[in-house]
Amino acid sequence: MYIVEVKRAFEIIDHVADVGIVAYGTDVEELFSNAALALFSLITEPESIEEKLHLDLEVSSEGRDRLLVEWLNELIYLFDAERILFNRFDIKRLTHNELKATCYGEGFDPMKHKIKIGVKAATYHMLKLDKNGDGCKAQIILDI
Amino acid sequence: MARWQGQLIKIDDYRWKIPENYKTGMKVPGLIYASQEMLESICEEQTLEQVANVAFLPGIVGYSFAMPDIHWGYGFPIGGVAAMDIKDGVVSPGGVGYDINCGVRLLRTSLSEAEVRPRIYELINALFHNVPSGLGSEGRIKVSQKEMNQLMVEGARWAVKRGLGSEEDLDATEEGGCLGGADPIKISDKAVKRGMPQAGTLGSGNHFLEIQVVKEIFDSHIASIMGITEIGQILVLIHTGSRGFGHQVCTDHLRVMEGAVSKYGIKLPDRQLACAPIESSEGQDYLAAMACAANYAWANRQCIAHWVRESFSKIFGKSPEKLGMRQVYDVCHNIAKIEEHIVDGRKLRVCVHRKGATRAFPAGHKDTPTRYKEIGQPVLVPGDMGRCSFVAVGTQKAMSESFGSTCHGAGRALSRGAARRSMQGRDVARELENRGITIKAGNIPSLAEEASQAYKDITEVIEVVHQAGISRKVAMAIPMGVIKG
Repeated sequence: MYIVEVKRAFEIIDHVADVGIVAYGTDVEELFSNAALALFSLITEPESIEEKLHLDLEVSSEGRDRLLVEWLNELIYLFDAERILFNRFDIKRLTHNELKATCYGEGFDPMKHKIKIGVKAATYHMLKLDKNGDGCKAQIILDI
Repeated sequence: MARWQGQLIKIDDYRWKIPENYKTGMKVPGLIYASQEMLESICEEQTLEQVANVAFLPGIVGYSFAMPDIHWGYGFPIGGVAAMDIKDGVVSPGGVGYDINCGVRLLRTSLSEAEVRPRIYELINALFHNVPSGLGSEGRIKVSQKEMNQLMVEGARWAVKRGLGSEEDLDATEEGGCLGGADPIKISDKAVKRGMPQAGTLGSGNHFLEIQVVKEIFDSHIASIMGITEIGQILVLIHTGSRGFGHQVCTDHLRVMEGAVSKYGIKLPDRQLACAPIESSEGQDYLAAMACAANYAWANRQCIAHWVRESFSKIFGKSPEKLGMRQVYDVCHNIAKIEEHIVDGRKLRVCVHRKGATRAFPAGHKDTPTRYKEIGQPVLVPGDMGRCSFVAVGTQKAMSESFGSTCHGAGRALSRGAARRSMQGRDVARELENRGITIKAGNIPSLAEEASQAYKDITEVIEVVHQAGISRKVAMAIPMGVIKG
């Protein structure tokens, strides 16, 4: 079990060919929101994203950790195919196998948003999601 | 990360075995191709534990193989080969990887270093302009939904039919540039949406386009059949794959396989090894979708090769034919194939997973193209952008020992972050320029992640597979101009 620190929102960790994120939260909702924020902070500077549109998302999977992977994969898809960048996530409902959220952001503008790395997928590799009385923490490796 | 402390038995100077009894549940031993020196660095990570884990998979035959360029991957190591009996074995998307049919294509030219070096800037700029590359790049070709369905089924031929290349290119491509069994019904709308705008793009990360100069020819007869005849001759190497399309196919099917593992009662030491019986609907669906992604990658490399020829033609004022721009070959580095091999003295149909590994079929094999029947299938092994790349050929030894497989490249030695830190304050592009390598990159800060120091030395990798006999080195070329996304 980790020693959970909830002061930070997330950290970026190294992996041989790829990159990982460790996200924190006082509750699972906050953790999911911070993991998404970590993802977009890898892709671009989150400060450069304005809230010009919002999108309601629904994701389902079996188990919280798989749900986390699905959630990030949905956001990766929206950037890669629909060209939308997000910087705020309002988690409306989160159960063991279902997530409903409203995501705020704007369309990708190459003149305004500097793309740092192309994240292609969230993986199950070394996936961890731990929860205790003080909060929760998750580790996800991303394929880039 | 902790050093791997498992059990290894030395077979000879280039072969090491992880015995089957190393872990309860292994169905075959592990076989690692490496020199003593390389093994030291391989053991610094838990890569060999992954080789042992792959040996758990149902239906695996022979060995769980590790090529000398092996490094730590998701579930399966990168640089791993595993063959499963199609009757009772499994197929695993993790054994192919996210970038399905990531591979390389080599073009030869009749140009010499003396002719190209004075015009290298013009040439690199023309290539950078003509071949879409970089993060979020979109293709020059617009692919409709209907065309996307054709592309998924026809592969490289789809591009040739549009005038981007020739029939001869298809003959010089693994599987003729089209893997059978592709079924677009098995592809999600998401994958199609990611794939459509990215068709005909190089991408980013470790993908590249390289102008090379032949520096050494080890076997002049074999090299001449491939059209490589002179020291100083110019070659062009294209390295890319199936872009966001392949990633979405892998992501979609990994999710299905996660469910299949419990449905079929498969016991796995690592969930990223998620798999399903080859004969099951989940297994067949994945193979049909994987073939679509493999074909997408071939179409991609076919388009890019055409634009490379156009760029050369424009700069040198001659047709690609006059410039001798024939395709040497095109190989997959990430794929699963149903092939026939001899296992324990009998013919067996197996699903060979090659993840960061290259097919290396010998002379005379039915799937070796006619023009290479006498010498064996060309094997293309790119190094990093500061060192060199190799051309090799497949051998009978590979056929009898490693399911006709060999290494695929240098293999990473440092994580991207560690590479960036080690190169801090250094101008990678300038350092390369000083050594006669011109580079143009869409994303300059990420160049440090691809510096030579981040990779193993390709020369050591090739030496191991050559000495072990699973491929034979033919020629070596060094970069002169590099385009990175």
